[in-house]
Amino acid sequence: MKATLILENGAVFEGESIGSTEDVVCEMVFNTSMVGYQEILTDPSYAGQGVVMTYPLIGNYGTNDEDDESEHPWAEALVIRHLAPRGSNFRCTSTLNDYLIRHGITGIQDIDTRALTRILRIQGVMNGVITCEENYDLDALMERMHAYRVQGTVERVSCKEITHIPGDGPRIALYDFGEKRNMANRLLHYGCDLTIYPAHTPAETVLAEGYDGIMLSNGPGDPADCVDIIPQVRKLYESGIPIFAVCLGHQLMALATGARSRKMRFGHRGANHPVKDLARNRCYITSQNHGYVIEAESVDPEIAEISHINVNDGSLEGLRYRQKPVFTVQFHPEASPGPVDTDYLFRSFLDVVEQRMKEAE
Amino acid sequence: MPKDSTLKKVLVIGSGPIVIGQAAEFDYAGTQACRALKEEGIEVVLVNSNPATIMTDKDVADHVYIEPLNVYTLAAVIERERPDALLPTLGGQIGLNLAMNLTEDGTLDKYGVRLLGTSAESIRKAEDRQGFKDTMESIGQPCIVSKVVTTVQGAVDFTDEIGYPVIVRPAYTLGGTGGGIAYDEAMLREIADRGISLSRVGEVLIERCISGWKEIEFEVMRDSAGNVITICSMENLDPVGVHTGDSIVIAPTQTLANKEYQMLRTAALDIISALEIEGGCNCQFALNPESYEYAVIEVNPRVSRSSALASKATGYPIAKVAAKIALGYTLDEIPNAVTGKTTACFEPALDYCVMKLPRLPFDKFTTAKRTLGTQMKATGEVMAIGNSFANALLKAIRSLELNVHSLKLPKLQAMSTKKIWDKLSDIDDERIFVVAEALRRGITPEEINRITKIDIWFIDRIGTIVNLENRLSQGIPDAKTLRFAKEVGFADSFIAELCGVTRVDIRELRRKYGIQPTYKMVDTCAAEFDAQTPYYYSTYDIENESVPVDNGKRKVLVLGSGPIRIGQGIEFDYCSVHSVWALKRLGCETIIVNNNPETVSTDFDIADRLYFEPLTPEDVEQIVELEKPWGAVVQFGGQTAIKLAKTLADMGLPILGTSADGVDAAEDRERFDEILNLCGIPRAAGHTIFTVEEAIAAANQVGYPVLVRPSYVLGGQGMEIAYNDDNIRDFMRIINMTAQEHPILVDKYLMGREVEVDGVFDGEDILIPGIMEHVERAGIHSGDSISVYPPLNVAEKHKQTILRYTRDLAKHLGVIGLINVQFIIYHDEVYIIEANPRSSRTIPYISKVTGVPIIDLATRVMLGAKLKDLGYGVDIYPEGRYYAVKMPVFSFEKLTDVDTNLGPEMKSTGECLGLADSFPQALLKAFKGANMKVPKKGSRVILTVKDEDKAETLELAREMVELGMELYATQGTYDYLTERDVPVHFIQRLGHGHPNILDMIQSGVVDMILNTPRRTQREDGDGWRIRRAAVEHSVLCLTSTDTCRAILTARKEGHSEQIVPVDITRL
Repeated sequence: MKATLILENGAVFEGESIGSTEDVVCEMVFNTSMVGYQEILTDPSYAGQGVVMTYPLIGNYGTNDEDDESEHPWAEALVIRHLAPRGSNFRCTSTLNDYLIRHGITGIQDIDTRALTRILRIQGVMNGVITCEENYDLDALMERMHAYRVQGTVERVSCKEITHIPGDGPRIALYDFGEKRNMANRLLHYGCDLTIYPAHTPAETVLAEGYDGIMLSNGPGDPADCVDIIPQVRKLYESGIPIFAVCLGHQLMALATGARSRKMRFGHRGANHPVKDLARNRCYITSQNHGYVIEAESVDPEIAEISHINVNDGSLEGLRYRQKPVFTVQFHPEASPGPVDTDYLFRSFLDVVEQRMKEAE
Repeated sequence: MPKDSTLKKVLVIGSGPIVIGQAAEFDYAGTQACRALKEEGIEVVLVNSNPATIMTDKDVADHVYIEPLNVYTLAAVIERERPDALLPTLGGQIGLNLAMNLTEDGTLDKYGVRLLGTSAESIRKAEDRQGFKDTMESIGQPCIVSKVVTTVQGAVDFTDEIGYPVIVRPAYTLGGTGGGIAYDEAMLREIADRGISLSRVGEVLIERCISGWKEIEFEVMRDSAGNVITICSMENLDPVGVHTGDSIVIAPTQTLANKEYQMLRTAALDIISALEIEGGCNCQFALNPESYEYAVIEVNPRVSRSSALASKATGYPIAKVAAKIALGYTLDEIPNAVTGKTTACFEPALDYCVMKLPRLPFDKFTTAKRTLGTQMKATGEVMAIGNSFANALLKAIRSLELNVHSLKLPKLQAMSTKKIWDKLSDIDDERIFVVAEALRRGITPEEINRITKIDIWFIDRIGTIVNLENRLSQGIPDAKTLRFAKEVGFADSFIAELCGVTRVDIRELRRKYGIQPTYKMVDTCAAEFDAQTPYYYSTYDIENESVPVDNGKRKVLVLGSGPIRIGQGIEFDYCSVHSVWALKRLGCETIIVNNNPETVSTDFDIADRLYFEPLTPEDVEQIVELEKPWGAVVQFGGQTAIKLAKTLADMGLPILGTSADGVDAAEDRERFDEILNLCGIPRAAGHTIFTVEEAIAAANQVGYPVLVRPSYVLGGQGMEIAYNDDNIRDFMRIINMTAQEHPILVDKYLMGREVEVDGVFDGEDILIPGIMEHVERAGIHSGDSISVYPPLNVAEKHKQTILRYTRDLAKHLGVIGLINVQFIIYHDEVYIIEANPRSSRTIPYISKVTGVPIIDLATRVMLGAKLKDLGYGVDIYPEGRYYAVKMPVFSFEKLTDVDTNLGPEMKSTGECLGLADSFPQALLKAFKGANMKVPKKGSRVILTVKDEDKAETLELAREMVELGMELYATQGTYDYLTERDVPVHFIQRLGHGHPNILDMIQSGVVDMILNTPRRTQREDGDGWRIRRAAVEHSVLCLTSTDTCRAILTARKEGHSEQIVPVDITRL
């Protein structure tokens, strides 16, 4: 079936419908990862967004029952060049098309994704619509696009109930702002006793449990929209409990301690972003997915020092707080998809946690 | 870490002559690295025996030694140049081995030379079998388990430990004779028993069988700070079992999900970290398609064929970055030259699919076994970029220049379905065509996968192509179908074939429907950053990113030479690159079209614009339509470019220099004869024919022996000497196996001294940089003969005749630019053999030894300059004081079943140079450079020659005896020599009892064989077996008395102990 992708700037791309045939309006972003479409679709940080894959051949290995990063896909739409009609991989249980249909995700293929990506890179991310209507009403669609804003997404994607997964190691609380499963999996891999909390859990509730460490997850949307969460994060900061935060968690911690965020023109989404760990004087390739960034000059050097920077554009990628055992990164050490080169950060966090546990004894 | 300021002078080792397995990729890497070093103010000393390379130019390095690559020469160069450091990772396995030898024998320590990039310890860890195994074990990386056993029981016991199936590989049998795969104990007992008895040392290797696993490669880099990145992942379409150099390779990987991908990526990074390599490294893995199980197959701690491919596939200049890392820079300190904004510390993101196909020599070696296995057979490769697997594959197939433009082979179409089923099990160069044919016959992808183990995903993509073929066979396509066919990658000519019209019809139909290609940029980052480098590939898409520049400069299109094959090698890339450089100096905007990932010409910063595209009329036409160049250059890209001259001329594009008509005049037998008559130049009598009957008539008219060859080919492809009517019938059958649009030539065969010249002609004057004389008499292809400059036996009057003939010919052919002419001096008269108004194989070498920048001059002349004003004079350039001997180098040990007998069809894959102040010394160097062991006192030599050569052999035999060699001869030769009192031992021919000549070769006591075969038979059974046995036991086997005389001259008059390296920049 024919489908049409229209951007807010008026650009029209004609292609073929894949997945659901429901109209969808969302913010269009591009991702440069060459593998990992299933993880990307199910990354809650994409809530409210449609993903354009720059790699042209998608669906090659189908989908499977192991690689979802959450209950179901959160991306609103998938825009690709070519869809493989069937997947070929020993773990494959479904074609990507069936998977999209099953989860009601609208998609489009046969798109000049490079031309589309160049628009998003040059003009910045913008809203778009995918419709399967032959005779769509452009004005109405434009109106819907202009009205659209990614909001309330943290509430949507966060878990609704507390989950406890027992372990022999340190007791860690994980704030789920849109957590990717692998974040919990990495903590469990290191033996943590893990409790996952909904995003709107008051800090007091968590602090009352006397955890050894707290982790703030990734998540979707504009961090500045999280006006209720930021004061809670401040309280967590004040507690002196070791905290490790990733992506949205990193941004919320920075905002809670007085820094500012801004929207990037087209963000960082991919699996090839070089980040320099200034303390180690080493560069690592990281997985990234963010459209907002903390402005480096807004960080009070008394409060935090910059621990990581992006080698491509010099943007802020990590902070180490001076007065509290808190450190945060913009990128995704939990990878999935992407390189696992910065997995050592989980270990570093747990080293700090364990050190303090020892000191407490 | 900033650059190490103690480094001022660095020695770089090249990879030597082009052989199968070691081709132009090292010239590309070496040239890029040398330029990167010079950019940093480093004085570069280069040693490489291969004169056809760009890296051996004085523009590329500061001191250039075209010398044999051995420890002795290297030590002499080091002593003389005193470099601070040696960069060993650019010269392939040869460079690495030499660096190890120089470390071990203390030379580097003695002269205080540091090893850059990779330490000796790291090389040892990667290269030494046990060292590698231990290192992998220490970091938890699995290798393929194997063990050498000497008894059947040992084999059974070991296999019980590791599990069935296993591969049994007998030690020291060539091509794995006697080995096999054992699926159970009974089979193992049988194969092991046979293998142990066949092995010379009674040993077999038992190895876990992983054939059918996926073969995955990662190119990774590391700097001195320990930063590690991957440049490119690659997946072989051919499962484990086919050498990666012969495999169809796709980048990035296609069938790996994130988990497997990251698992292998991490493994590759762990390996390069454990080996502490500072630079690039290639890691090959085998991955079980049914699980996460994998094994490390091989690690190459250096630039390689794969790294060249990865560089071209991603736009990331691995060799350049490796050179900077060797100087001490870290990845984040090195700018990304493609984006100009980011750094070298990132992983390229591809938004396209890259296909590499091997260029195999079976079109040339028709008798060679086409089976592909662990021994590489390809001479070169092509790469294509597309936005789908299908269009990258179809572009790559067109790029091979095998007269195939699709996945259809008539030969397979003619086979029964039963036969196609059988053929699916054959692992050879036609397998992908067989898969397509199988799909056409309704064999399911699952069945094909079961037999071939090729991943279903690839088979499905081939299925897309086959389905579309069916759709197009219905008739002239509508706009939608035609657009779809172009998106999938079908050539106009193939669409035309399917729907029964002409290529031009389809082109016009496309124009009518407005279906034109769009060009996309290769930018390393999937459009995430704005890139500066105009490196393009075609798609049928919405947006065209290649916007022609209009900066007032004259735009010139330069056509490259495509894949490296026997007869059209690296020398044409040398010429293309030099013409681009010359055009740039003349203020032109240059556009290059080529498809060979191994070459310098396809580096992103050679031409102003690079189109990585097939060199076919359609693909080139599209680029011309878009770019609208001012002119085109076709003289430098070998026959590939010449063949496109007519297409360009038909489009009204001016061909710079010699016109398409001039090219035709040289190739068209009748027109050429007319010009020869006009100029009064004699040639051997001959005729142009099309059919077998005409050929036989022509041969009988001029008299046997005759030379038979197709026109419009390079390297004497399909050229043979015929002695009778049967020979003619036989050759014509072979020639006609590939489509012939052009006539066939039959000439009287003259056996005289062959002489060759390259000239630059400006319309009035000619400049001949040097006359080259062939050591072997006519009958051996010029590419396979030893050649010497300045000539030894050409009288002054003949030189003047050659000058006059060349000038007259150039004038009457309308040459502007280059001309190459071959002559025979026969009975004190100069005859012409052939003239080619284009660059030749000898240009790089003669440029270097004479110091005349031939390509630069030719390019200037093509743009209107006059030789008189260019500072190198006219007529024959004064001879230099050094002798330069060009020695052909062969790859026979890689090609089973190929006859090593030299003749009019070219067989060598590369060449090396010997440069010295005397001819024997230059010869000696050249033999050493070609790794031919010159026999000495006590050497055992077998003589078995045909009757016509016996008199000459007598002379040679007497010399050998004088030199203290021990002679053996077969009956006829033995009788002839003993009758004339030459001391010689008798050795039995084949089929007359044992021990015979073959036994003697196999026992390893023979040093050299002189075997001149009778040409009356196409395949001389005994001679062929002897020559193949010689190859397989590394025994020097000469098939011409002239070559034998040369080797004796080198022994007698050359001095091994007085080899002096010559810096060609100081000539």
